[in-house]
Amino acid sequence: MKKVISFYHSSVGKKILMSLAGLFLCSFLVIHLSGNLALFKNDNGESFNHYSEFMAHNPVIRSTEILLVAGFLLHMFLGGTLWLKNRAARPEKYSAYKLSDNTPFESRNTMLSGSIVLFFLIVHLKQFFLPSRFFGETNMYALVLQAFASPLYDLLYLAALVMLAYHLKHAFQSAFQTLGLRKGKYIVLFDAVAVVFWLLIPIGFASMPIYFFLSTLK
Amino acid sequence: MKLTLQVWRQERPESKGRLISYGVNDVSPDMSFLEMLDVLNIELVKKNEVPIAFDHDCREGICGSCGMMINGRAHGPGRGIATCQLHMRHFKDGDTIVIEPWRARAFPVLKDLMVDRTAMDRVMMAGGYVSTKTGGMVDGNTLLIPKPIADEAFDAAACIGCGACVASCPNSSLMLFVAAKVSQLALLPQGQHERKERVESMLAVMDENQFGSCTNTYACEAECPKEISVTHIARLNREFIRAKITA
Ligand code: SF4
Ligand code: FES
Repeated sequence: MKKVISFYHSSVGKKILMSLAGLFLCSFLVIHLSGNLALFKNDNGESFNHYSEFMAHNPVIRSTEILLVAGFLLHMFLGGTLWLKNRAARPEKYSAYKLSDNTPFESRNTMLSGSIVLFFLIVHLKQFFLPSRFFGETNMYALVLQAFASPLYDLLYLAALVMLAYHLKHAFQSAFQTLGLRKGKYIVLFDAVAVVFWLLIPIGFASMPIYFFLSTLK
Repeated sequence: MKLTLQVWRQERPESKGRLISYGVNDVSPDMSFLEMLDVLNIELVKKNEVPIAFDHDCREGICGSCGMMINGRAHGPGRGIATCQLHMRHFKDGDTIVIEPWRARAFPVLKDLMVDRTAMDRVMMAGGYVSTKTGGMVDGNTLLIPKPIADEAFDAAACIGCGACVASCPNSSLMLFVAAKVSQLALLPQGQHERKERVESMLAVMDENQFGSCTNTYACEAECPKEISVTHIARLNREFIRAKITA
């Protein structure tokens, strides 16, 4: 027990927990995206509605949902705690500070990209999750079509994905560094997987608003 | 060449500091940055003004005393050099150079460009050593260490404790320094028996001293005069996990 407490008290311990939570959230992205691919099936949304119905009511999914919410809260709480601690670690700022010469944009702005993704997540939950899960909406396909018909919503959706990509670009490889796995020949491997991940996942999600918006034009 | 310097002047730890402008003429491109400051200080003394205080000792990049933020970069432009190894040929005639002390809550300013880095000593005292009876001289090659491991440990041991990693980090994190120390000893046979306590207590003292925590921006590696690699930070994290999950 003492070990557990001292693990949590250590800044490195907190980061390890934060990275594990983050990787868990990444697995959710993969599952969410693969499920959403049902949207592309040319059956007037039958498979997609079927899938939504399954996601909203299956007991296994419902219990994982609790884990997912816990993962989100933990990730955000630890991120916020460390962010505040890090800001407090330099009370007097530099008048000239060229951090940008040495570090990529995304590594310095995970708080910003994360907050924007969170904002989008709230909008997204209100739009899709609440109706299906709590208000008995069964025709989710129609809801998706209606949402993607609005150019404003599509822009918000794409902007959030750009932020998600930035967030993942830093965070995915960073998690392996924090877990101590980025070493020797694995560095190349993890960095390659990271590229695939931060690039392909957002592109996959982005294909949906683009596809449906274009099909309204026809 | 002629330069304008904007130098942080602060009389005492508790007084308020500010940037003051100085002109320096006749700067030779072959001067080191510290020599250029010496020239300015001589001028200041002649005018009966207080010279600018800054830390320095070896002036050849091995002691870790020197260090200042030069135009927003720890140890100035260039890679793999300490402030004392920076030459004025990196600047152009007419340039303005902003010079500030390392800034971190853990490194309070003592005077002008000098900061108190004893927080790093406190972290060292928590485990940056091996407890051993030294005894008489041991024959060379009694303790065989494979070359790749010796090399890796040597790379970590190159850290001179200057604090540029903290100064350049957006979070004022000491991770690269602690990583170098932990890594060096974790790799060598002499470091084994205190391996777990070392990583746990050095990290605990690091946290107590109000350094920030690493967000893997890798700014430290880019500014480190000894180019200590962030792979040592990954090893530090591994050592920490290992210490926590094994009995
Ligand atoms: S790790 Fe590099 S930057 Fe940090 S104290 Fe050691 S030599 Fe200086
Ligand atoms: S004065 Fe010794 S490293 Fe610069």
